[in-house]
Amino acid sequence: MAYSNKVLDHYNHPRNVGALDKARADVGTGVVGAPECGDVMKLQIQVDGDRIVDAKFKTFGCGSAIASSSLATEWLKGKTIEEAGRIRNTEIVQELSLPPVKIHCSVLAEDAIKAAIADYKKKQDEVPAEAARAQAHSA
Amino acid sequence: MKLPIYLDYQATTPVDPRVLEAMLPYFHDVFGNAASRSHAFGWKAEEAVELAREQVAALIGAAGKEIIFTSGSTEAINLALKGAAEMYASKGKHLITSLAEHKAVLDTCKHLEKLGYEVTYLKPDRTARISPEQVRSALRPDTLLVSVMWANNEVGTLNPIREIGAVCREQGTLLFTDATQAVGKVPVDVEADHVDLLCLSAHKIYGPKGVGALYVRRKNPRVRLAAQMDGGGHERGMRSGTLNVPGIVGLGQACEFARLELADESRRCAELRDHLESRIRNELGYVELNGHPEQRLPGNLNLSFHFVEGESLIMGISDVAVSSGSACTSASLEPSHVLRAMDVGEDLAHSSIRFGIGRFTTRAEVDYAADAVVKAVRRLREMSPLYELAQEGVDLKTIQWQANH
Repeated sequence: MAYSNKVLDHYNHPRNVGALDKARADVGTGVVGAPECGDVMKLQIQVDGDRIVDAKFKTFGCGSAIASSSLATEWLKGKTIEEAGRIRNTEIVQELSLPPVKIHCSVLAEDAIKAAIADYKKKQDEVPAEAARAQAHSA
Repeated sequence: MKLPIYLDYQATTPVDPRVLEAMLPYFHDVFGNAASRSHAFGWKAEEAVELAREQVAALIGAAGKEIIFTSGSTEAINLALKGAAEMYASKGKHLITSLAEHKAVLDTCKHLEKLGYEVTYLKPDRTARISPEQVRSALRPDTLLVSVMWANNEVGTLNPIREIGAVCREQGTLLFTDATQAVGKVPVDVEADHVDLLCLSAHKIYGPKGVGALYVRRKNPRVRLAAQMDGGGHERGMRSGTLNVPGIVGLGQACEFARLELADESRRCAELRDHLESRIRNELGYVELNGHPEQRLPGNLNLSFHFVEGESLIMGISDVAVSSGSACTSASLEPSHVLRAMDVGEDLAHSSIRFGIGRFTTRAEVDYAADAVVKAVRRLREMSPLYELAQEGVDLKTIQWQANH
């Protein structure tokens, strides 16, 4: 199977591989997929106000899955939560020129973004805003 | 060392230059139709074909007359299974095979099921082996044929064919074995091993693609097959069609070299295989061997690398040609049916890589491949959320995954 140059670039030079402290109130973590299906994505966002200031990922999956999550973190940085929620898998497909058989990789990346945002929002509802800010400053 | 490195010898092999040389005259100088009885052009072609028949037979302990030339193993499998099913339908309509067989066997069995035959699919053990006891307990009075592969193409496991053959012989049931991966790699003797039908293919043993053979036992018992291709009645009426003379010459030569060099070559391949395995295991943890630790092909090494998906690993070692049981490398998006039948676990099936070592593999190539694999696995584990969890001491089996893809 031939890969597009963009997939190869993300695979060989993945952006934003790593982990953020998932215990922090300003960090949202999304883990989607399953080892049995051959792909698991962990995507994390760090939010300041309503803007995403950092994003990290780790992915178990094929080259297209790695590229999709790497691209997603690149796009997430600097976006507001609301803008991030509007990222669609079809945009990832287009950007990476994914073949039909790899579309599920982009779907997984979109799901990971949504899961990270949901996790962040859940934390915000649980933790009073004041405490969250204090925690963010002390870190 | 020339890149890329070929480590996929179970998929196919390059034609040995000595085999190619033997074939070349038969494209132009000796181009006759082996079925032309009226002139020297035909006689010379026939002579070459008959020599090849003897060479193929010698490799498997058969007689030349028992060899039917085909376009390869897939055709030979179709002829053996469908031909026997049609010929012996009056005895019964039951066949036995295994879930770890090649698709050519499984899909032919599916076809026979549609025609009203009944097929028992034996489940292999964790190493991909079928036991003689399993065969014995599945045999019925109406079983017309047992089909068990000699060596598995994915994990290289060798089945106890001699013992399975003895069980079939005792019960008076025919045994067909797909020996595509085994001939030329391990000793095969259709007499001692009690085999009635056997297929082989030239391109797996340094011969050309598009030619293979079916061994059809002629006595004790005499096996008869209904032809699946009608025409001029070539090959004792079992396989019509003008013979592929250059291809058959190549198959014959390939068998001749395989027979003469089998012991040395097997030892050499096994040494390189063991070297590759020990290098990888010395430098990486969380590596599983798929298949049988001893009863396996000398040139096959199938490993699963925990926390790393197979296709991404193949991308990471792009100048080493290997294959994977991962779904992502197949058109069907299903992981290997062989690894599934072995209950390897879907996650490890996705993480499997098959290394195939052969006649032209060098130690330098194996070292290069080992370096590349170790480097790529380390890099991919650093970006694997599963590896991260394992490092944190989380048992991956306890996690509720959102498995909707």
